[in-house]
Amino acid sequence: MLNTETFLHIGMPHYIFLSAVIFSFGMIAVLMRKNVIVMLMGVELMLNAVNLSFIVFAKENGNLNGHIMVFFVMTIAAAEAGVGLALAVAIYKKFHEVNIRFFEHLRG
Amino acid sequence: MNHALLILTLLLTPLLGFLFNGLRYRSHNAILAGSVATGAAVVSFICSLLLYKTLLGLPEESRQLSSQFFQWITVGDMKIPFGFVVDQISIIMLLIITGVGSLIHLFSVGYMSHDERPSKYFAYLNLFLFNMLILVLGDNLLITFVGWEGVGLCSYLLIGFWFSDSAKAAAGMKAFVTNRIGDAGFLIGIFILFTVFGTVNFQDLAELVPKTQEWMWTGPVTLATLFLFIGATGKSAQIPLYVWLPDAMAGPTPVSALIHAATMVTAGVYLFVRMSTVLVMAPLTMQVIAWTGALTALVAATIGMTQFDIKKILAYSTVSQLGYMFLAIGVGAFSAAQFHLMTHAFFKALMFLGSGSVIHAMHEEQDVRKMGGLKKYMPITYLTFMCGWLAIIGVPPFAGFFSKDEILWQAFSSPFGSKWLWLIGAITAACTAFYMTRLMALTFWGKGRFGHDVHPHESPATMTIPLIVLGVLSVIGGWIGIPHVIGEILPGHPGNHFHHWLEPMIAHFEVPHASKIAEWSLMGISVSLAGISAWFAYDSYIVSPARPAWIAKKLGGFYTAVYNKYYVDEFYFGTIINPIVDMSKGLWLYIDVNFIDKATYFAGDLVSGFASFVKTIQNGKTQSYALYIALGVVVVMSFVLMR
Repeated sequence: MLNTETFLHIGMPHYIFLSAVIFSFGMIAVLMRKNVIVMLMGVELMLNAVNLSFIVFAKENGNLNGHIMVFFVMTIAAAEAGVGLALAVAIYKKFHEVNIRFFEHLRG
Repeated sequence: MNHALLILTLLLTPLLGFLFNGLRYRSHNAILAGSVATGAAVVSFICSLLLYKTLLGLPEESRQLSSQFFQWITVGDMKIPFGFVVDQISIIMLLIITGVGSLIHLFSVGYMSHDERPSKYFAYLNLFLFNMLILVLGDNLLITFVGWEGVGLCSYLLIGFWFSDSAKAAAGMKAFVTNRIGDAGFLIGIFILFTVFGTVNFQDLAELVPKTQEWMWTGPVTLATLFLFIGATGKSAQIPLYVWLPDAMAGPTPVSALIHAATMVTAGVYLFVRMSTVLVMAPLTMQVIAWTGALTALVAATIGMTQFDIKKILAYSTVSQLGYMFLAIGVGAFSAAQFHLMTHAFFKALMFLGSGSVIHAMHEEQDVRKMGGLKKYMPITYLTFMCGWLAIIGVPPFAGFFSKDEILWQAFSSPFGSKWLWLIGAITAACTAFYMTRLMALTFWGKGRFGHDVHPHESPATMTIPLIVLGVLSVIGGWIGIPHVIGEILPGHPGNHFHHWLEPMIAHFEVPHASKIAEWSLMGISVSLAGISAWFAYDSYIVSPARPAWIAKKLGGFYTAVYNKYYVDEFYFGTIINPIVDMSKGLWLYIDVNFIDKATYFAGDLVSGFASFVKTIQNGKTQSYALYIALGVVVVMSFVLMR
């Protein structure tokens, strides 16, 4: 079934679909996994899924707005990863484990 | 001095006295509290005198000082200013309230010197003075009603002043509840007048009402005045609401003198004198008032003849004298009613204070059977009490003679009166002479019947000075209202100044010409009736002391009924109070427990059940919260996209 014709017809819907799938994987990782580092990775996945859709829309519209936004997102993502990993290190230092179950006291 | 400023000073000094003593109510310093309170009363009295002087300087037809301080109530067309008016009627009340009030404050300094809470007592006394002044100064029915309620409150507080004794606390509550019944009538009366005439101002009512057409029982004026009269029966202790006044004697004796003899209980009389022009438009109401007053006078006087508590005797005497005043109002003798109000304030305040002096000397003993022969121990109290005694039984030329005889004569001769009303009045006068002479005989004359451990002594000067002043007033107080027939044979022809003074303010109607011989002979009959009955009382209690018991035995059941106050309290308990209590208990145990309580419990359970379900959402887990956010986004997004 797969032939060159098919690949030539890859368009925007496919990219968006891919972006949505990656975003969902990321979100599932954040919501379901207990390991803080894996959760941070999930966040990164979500951010990059969004980046992908930005690029696709930019190509579709024929301007550079999406690209500019992607640069911003990457910068923020770097900063976020830095803070997140620092938190993970702090958690590890205190509990010798990086598990989210130590943070179940947000009951006010 | 500006009259608005005078009125303000007159009103606010007692209020300041109340605040001063009320804020330091824990203090035990009776002298300080008493002198501040007495000072406040005296300042008010001086203001009243200055106002009186200002009034005298005005021409006769416009003797009126009014001042409106601010708009009190403004709702639609209804505009009620906080206004006060000083005129011929209210100045008399002002002088009585502040004058007699000052004397009673002074008396209290001595009487309450050993009490535990003197500051509280004097604070209440000043508050009473303030409210009473509002009552008489108000230029419309609503302001009067404010004072009316205020004096009721103070009366309640002071009757139950020694509230640790539950009987005294109950007496206070009885007075309050009975007065509330009357007050409801008073309010309805105000409502009717307002709906019909659109105003509650006394002067406007006096101008508007005579222009309307009144039709018998169902007319608005008749209805309104009848309802106002219900209010007056409560405050002024008339049948059927008089039952609270004898119990009110549980309060300190100066309170009985001030509130339950001289001032507050006369508020109803004042109200009708003030509204005389309205009242004469409703002759049926006047009939009701006259007969109620006459019957109250007679019933209370007969009960007074059998009592043994010195203050109870005076209390029933007060009810009886108030009955006289209402009789006068009912027959259209408004100035006579006001006149009797004034003389009664003098001699009854005197006798209450005198009884306070006696009770003080006898170490809180109130039973006259355990007194006797006090005249040699307490000469000043005895002599002043004697003035009061002669005044109340109507011996000329003491104050009570002129006012009481004026009422009796008007009851006979006025177009609203009848000879039956006069007859009841004359019999009451005889009863009055009997019980007051009996009181004198049992308390001051004869031999002492008290134990050897009791050493009666004359009271201190703060208590005897008010007695002396009131004693003098009881003698000469009536000379400003000498009736015409007596005045014309006296040297200098003294006129009826009191009537002349009030004339511009009260209603006028045609009085048929009556013969002087009739007036003289009626006067002679009532005075000699009183004299005979006084002599009979003296003879029964001093000369042959066995006779009263013999008479009581002869009368049998009737005597027991009178001694037990005609079982009126028992009757009220049986027919009104107990059924209401039983019904309330039924409502409580059935309706309240089964329906209302259950409904509220159900509402509470519902809320707490729902809350405990909602509570599970807040579990403290970061990831759950993230999930809620995600779900929320999904819901919002689908809502936006599906639309």
